[in-house]
Amino acid sequence: MTLAIPAANPTVDPAADPAAGPAAGPAAGPAPVPRFLPPRPLLPRSGTPRGGAAPGRLAALRAEVRSLERGGARAPGGTGRSLALGVPALDAHLPDGGLPLACLHEIEGALAERDDGAATGFCLALLARLAAARACGPERRPERRPERCLVLWVTPWRDLHAPGLAAFGFDPGRLLLVRAGGTADVLWAMEEGLRCPDLLAVVGEVEGLDRTAGRRLQLAAEVGGVTAFALHRRLRPQRGMAAPSAATTRWRIGPEATDTPHSGLGPARWRAELTRCRGAAPGQWLLEWNDATGGFALAAPLRDGAVALPPLRRRAG
Amino acid sequence: MLAAVDAAAAGGGLSPGLPLADARALLPGLRTAAYDPQGNAAALARLAEWCGRYTPWTAVDGCGCDLGGAAGLLLDVTGCSHFFAEEDSDAAVAQGEAGLLADMTARLARLGFTVRAGLAGSVGAAWAVARFDPAAARDAARHATHPWRVVAPGRERVALAALPPAALRLPPATVELLARFGLDRIGALYDLPPARLTPRFGPLLARRLAQALGGAPGAAPEGAGEPISPLRPVPPHLVRHVFAEPVIAPGDIARALDRLLAALARRLEAAGLGARRLELGLYRVDGTLRRFTLGTSRPRRDPARLARLFAPHLERLDPGFGLEVMTLAAAAVEDLAPRQLDLEAGTTASAGGPGGGPRGGPGDGPGEALAALIDRLGARLGLAAVQRPQPRESHLPERAVALTPIVRAPIVQAPIVQAPIARPSGTLGNGVGWSWVGWSWVGWSGAARPHPPRPLRLLPRPEPIETVALLPALLPDRPLAAPPARFRWRRLARRVVRAEGPERIAPEWWRDDPEAAAPARDYFRVEDEDGRRYWLYRSGTQWFLHGLFG
Repeated sequence: MTLAIPAANPTVDPAADPAAGPAAGPAAGPAPVPRFLPPRPLLPRSGTPRGGAAPGRLAALRAEVRSLERGGARAPGGTGRSLALGVPALDAHLPDGGLPLACLHEIEGALAERDDGAATGFCLALLARLAAARACGPERRPERRPERCLVLWVTPWRDLHAPGLAAFGFDPGRLLLVRAGGTADVLWAMEEGLRCPDLLAVVGEVEGLDRTAGRRLQLAAEVGGVTAFALHRRLRPQRGMAAPSAATTRWRIGPEATDTPHSGLGPARWRAELTRCRGAAPGQWLLEWNDATGGFALAAPLRDGAVALPPLRRRAG
Repeated sequence: MLAAVDAAAAGGGLSPGLPLADARALLPGLRTAAYDPQGNAAALARLAEWCGRYTPWTAVDGCGCDLGGAAGLLLDVTGCSHFFAEEDSDAAVAQGEAGLLADMTARLARLGFTVRAGLAGSVGAAWAVARFDPAAARDAARHATHPWRVVAPGRERVALAALPPAALRLPPATVELLARFGLDRIGALYDLPPARLTPRFGPLLARRLAQALGGAPGAAPEGAGEPISPLRPVPPHLVRHVFAEPVIAPGDIARALDRLLAALARRLEAAGLGARRLELGLYRVDGTLRRFTLGTSRPRRDPARLARLFAPHLERLDPGFGLEVMTLAAAAVEDLAPRQLDLEAGTTASAGGPGGGPRGGPGDGPGEALAALIDRLGARLGLAAVQRPQPRESHLPERAVALTPIVRAPIVQAPIVQAPIARPSGTLGNGVGWSWVGWSWVGWSGAARPHPPRPLRLLPRPEPIETVALLPALLPDRPLAAPPARFRWRRLARRVVRAEGPERIAPEWWRDDPEAAAPARDYFRVEDEDGRRYWLYRSGTQWFLHGLFG
C-alpha cells in the first residue's frame, strides 16, 4: 500500500493517480520525453542577442560556468560564496564580489621569512572578517556546533603569540592549535580539518606546497565547504617563477611604512599583491587595517591620510 | 663460575656454582656463553608480556634466580581456563586448566625454552610443584610431553607433603638447618607447632608454610595469603580473540578488530560506560607483541568510529609470519549514558553513508563533529598535540600563554560576562599603568585588549642583535631609555624610523629561577624604513629581538 505524499509542485494532483506513489511528479506525465534532446538547452531558445530576455540568460549562463569552474562548491555561512573585504576597488576586482570561500588561499611574505609578520597579520585580518561575517560575537547563544567559530591552526612551529592576535580583532579563545611534526602531518591535519563541516577556517603553516598537495587541499576545501589558508614560511626567498598551484588565490604580502605625522607607529599597513586568482587578473593594493571597525581600507601612498571607506558592520561586543 | 647449565651438562655432572676450569675438566667439549643478567631480565619481562595472551595478570618471579634456580613467571589464571573448556562444571574447569598449561608449555617449547609449569590455589604451592615435582623423576617420558602439574583445589597439603623444604622458597641456610634437624620433607613440618619453629628457624618458615597452604590456618580466607603484583596495570575490561591459524591479511585483521570492538561495546553498554583509552595488543607467531594505545576526547564505545581511529595504526602494522591472538582492553572508562535513538531520523548516528561517516549523524550531541575531529587528530598526532591557548598570570611575554591540551581545557560555552576580567599589573617606566586582561570563549570587548600591544610572532628564544644608538637625548632623566638608531638582525642591517616605548617588564623575583636574577627589560616597538615592525628589548646593556608584529 503506497502512501501518497503531496508533491512540492502544487499543480500536480496526486489524488488523481493514487497508485503512482510519492514518486509521481511532473516527469511522469503522459507525454514521453524524447531521448535524443539534451535535458537543458545550451543556447537560448527564444530571442536573439538583441532580444530582451538575453541579458538574463547570459547572466545565468555566466553564473553556471563559474560554478562549474569551482566544481559546484557550496559555502555555508558568510555572505553567500564570498567574503566582502570592505574595499570596493578590491571587491570589484575579485570574482563574486569578495574573497571566495570554501577554497584554498595561499599567503606568503614578499621576502620569505622577513615578512612573516606581515603575512600572518594579513591572514588574521581575513579571519577576523570571516568571524565577523559569521556573527561570532560574544552574545551568541550556546548551540550545537561550537566549531562554527573555531579556527584550526596547524603548525610545526611554536611562535604564534596569542595576545598578539587580539590586535587584529581575533579572539584567541577561538583558536585550536595543532602541533604537527612535519609537512606531511600538517597537510594531513589540514585535510582532516577541512572534512569537519562548518569550521570557520583551517590555517596551515607550510614551507612549500607542491602541486599535488595544493590540489588535494583545494578539493577537500570545496567538498567540505571550509575555507583553507596556506601560510608559506620559507627560510629563503624563492627565486624565479613560483610553481603553478591549484589554489584559488595567491597573495604576496609586503610591509608598508606608516604614514602618520606623529612619531609613533600607526595601524598595520601592507602592500598586498594578488599574484594569482581564478577568474580575475592579478593586481596590487595598499591596504590598511582599521582596528576599531575591523575592516580594510585602501591606503593612499601620499601623506594625506587613508581613504576611508564604509567598513563591515560588526556587532557590538 | 657457572651460572646455569642445561640438561645435557647437568647429566654430565655440572651444576651452577662450579668453577669454569673444573667444568672444562669434567666435560672437555663444553660450550659456554657470557652471563648477561640484564639481558636475561629483559627477556624475562618480554616473556611475561607474551604470557599476557592468557591472562593480563603476569609477573616476573624474583625468587627463582636468587635461590640459584631457574627463572620463572607467575600468572594468575583465575577464570582464564574457560577458553580451553566447553562447559562450566568442575571437570570442565580442570580440563580447561590442563588445556591452558598444555598450550602454554607447547608454545614456549616451540620458542626454544625448556619449561615446567605448575598450577595450584596459592603462589607457594604452585611454585613448589613447578620446580620440585617428584613425579618428574619417576616418569621421565611422561614428563617430557606433559611438563606440568596441576594441584586440585584443596589438595595442596597432600601435594606438598612429599616435597623437600627447599620448595618453600627458603634461603639455603634455613634449608641446611632443616636438613640437620632431619626434616627433609614438608610433611614433617605440618605437625610441628609454629611457636616451636619460629625461635629456631626464624619467622620466614612459618609464613612460607602458611602461604603455600593457602592462607594462615584458621585466620584468613582461602587464597588470601599472597598477592601477585602484575607487570602492567590490569585493565578493567578486556576481550580477546584467538585465531585458529595465524593471520597475515589486513582484511582479516580488520574484521577481527571489528568483532572485538563489537564485543567490547556490548560489555561497556551493559555497564553504562564508555572508553577513554583503548589498548590493542597483537601477539605474533614469533613471540613478539605489538601494542597500540588510543585516546579519545570523549567516552566512546561506537565500534565504527573506533575502528576508523585504529585504521592508521593497522596500516603501519607488520604482521611478520602472522598474528595468533588479538586483545582489546578499555584501560580508562567513564560513564556514558545509553544512546537515545532519534525518532525523526529513525537511525542512530553510527550508520553513515559513503563519505558521511566523519560528519556524524542526526543523533549526535552538540559538538560531536568537533569531538570526532579531535579524536582523529589525536589518533595520529597524540591528544596532547591539539591545544588551546590559555592565559597565564605572568608579566613575562614568554610565560603569558599556556598551551593546554584540549582534553584538559575543553571548550565550554560560558554565559555572557558583563565585564571583562581585568587585573591591573605592571607600570611603564614613566608611571603609566597598564592592564592585562584574560580572555575566554565569551570573546573580547574593545577595552579588553592588551595594551601596550603584543607581537604576533614571539621568537622562542630572544635573539641578540647588534645596535647602533644615537646619543641618549630623548629622556634626560633616563639616559638609557631610548631605542637604537640602527640594528642588525640575522645578518640584515635595519634602520629604525619610528619607535614606541619603553615598556618595562621586570623579572619575577618570587620564582626560584636563574632568569629571575636577570635585569629588567625595556621593550620598544620599532618600525624600520620598509615598514616592518619588531619588538626589541634591552636587558642591561645588551639588546634583543623578541617578536614581530603584523
